[in-house]
Amino acid sequence: MMLDIQNVRKCFDGLPVLRGISLEVEKGDVVAILGPSGSGKTTFLRCLNFLEKADSGQIVFDGRACDLHAATKAEIAQVRKKTAFVFQNYNLFLNKTVLQNVTLGLTVGAKMKKQQALDIAIAALERVGMADRLTSFPSQLSGGQQQRVAIARALASSPEIIYFDEPTSALDPELIGEVLSVMRDLARDGMTMLVVTHEMDFARNVSNKVLFMADGTVIESGPSRDFFENPQQERSRDFIRSILSARQ
Amino acid sequence: MNERLWNILVDSFPKLLGYGIRVTVPLTVLSFSLALFIAVIVALIQYADVKGLRQLCRFYIWIIRGTPLLVQLYIVFFGLPSVGIKLEAFPAAVLVFGFNEGAYMAETMRGALESVPRGQMEAGYCVGMNYVQIMAHVVLPQAFRTAFPALSNSMISMLKETSMAASITVMEMFRQAQVINGRVYESLGLYCEVALIYLLFCTLLTWLQRVCEKRLSRNGGIKA
Repeated sequence: MMLDIQNVRKCFDGLPVLRGISLEVEKGDVVAILGPSGSGKTTFLRCLNFLEKADSGQIVFDGRACDLHAATKAEIAQVRKKTAFVFQNYNLFLNKTVLQNVTLGLTVGAKMKKQQALDIAIAALERVGMADRLTSFPSQLSGGQQQRVAIARALASSPEIIYFDEPTSALDPELIGEVLSVMRDLARDGMTMLVVTHEMDFARNVSNKVLFMADGTVIESGPSRDFFENPQQERSRDFIRSILSARQ
Repeated sequence: MNERLWNILVDSFPKLLGYGIRVTVPLTVLSFSLALFIAVIVALIQYADVKGLRQLCRFYIWIIRGTPLLVQLYIVFFGLPSVGIKLEAFPAAVLVFGFNEGAYMAETMRGALESVPRGQMEAGYCVGMNYVQIMAHVVLPQAFRTAFPALSNSMISMLKETSMAASITVMEMFRQAQVINGRVYESLGLYCEVALIYLLFCTLLTWLQRVCEKRLSRNGGIKA
């Protein structure tokens, strides 16, 4: 097993938002994290990368255990080196070009040689179809293009796993397709991904596992096919039904 | 205008301009550099919420903004010698102007820092940068872009405020006008002339600001 997430708990001002979430991730898994708004999906993902400090819980990454509450700076840096994060609002560096957005983490963060960073960055940008916009600034790009650059930035650090926090939720409907198609390519190439999403087609057809959350707990988890074709829990059935009816 | 006044004005113009270039401009540049340095440090301390030091910064801003510049000049130049701190007039002026404008500019910088979307900080952490690296490469450059017009404002008002240094015996441009006037008694003409030279300097600064802003926006300063 590549990543074992155990019993993540988190309160905001005394209000529990995560009540003990666990998840096992194998190499090459694409896990769709589903659930109604406010169920704690995003907080769960952010805790895994220490963007939020969990109250308790641990992850075992490639056999190395790390406490989500008490991790040292070095441990946090170690985990972040193996992971990448794609945000709902892209969070590109607005004062940097497309190319610089991808190289910055390599040259400044990882102290890589400039030429090597350039090669990696251009390869990553080619993978997301953005290699023709190297000198553009984020403000000159559409939301879909910005998100693809953000994915390239994530890829550039050659992570073992990429966390996606609602990567298409801020996009205009006609731009969602280009981002999902990039993510589908990554999944096909064997990238391990945890994806908080409301895109049911993606969850159904691309992800191989589903983690369905509500009110800070796991309601149901398992293979995507089982979840969509034969949901075990009443809340899962309600959720799938409401999503399907909303689309018609 | 009679011929005597005209001759006085023509004679004094190069003298005044000379003092402007040799004293007023260096006084402004030095004071502004000090102010900018203080402003960035004070703003960063507040942005990073360094415990203890943050309160000290608020105290500094409170004192400086709540007391008149002229009074501050008097305290430092005429007051401090009585407790054994004797400063030459010029360095005293630089210190007071720097610390004074620094307090206002610190607030400008703090606002500019806070206007940079925090998500970029998180993105920076996720690609393996540390706090200092993210501040240096991502947050501060954007904050400077945002603060630039307000900082230019500060520089322009500082250039004019340096005329107050005349009151603590700094022989700068306005003081020189006073000296000439003491000899020839042409207050209206001479003070209008010196005002014109300040206007000239400020016009130059305004032009410089416009050129710099154009450059900055070329380099992706545009807000998303």
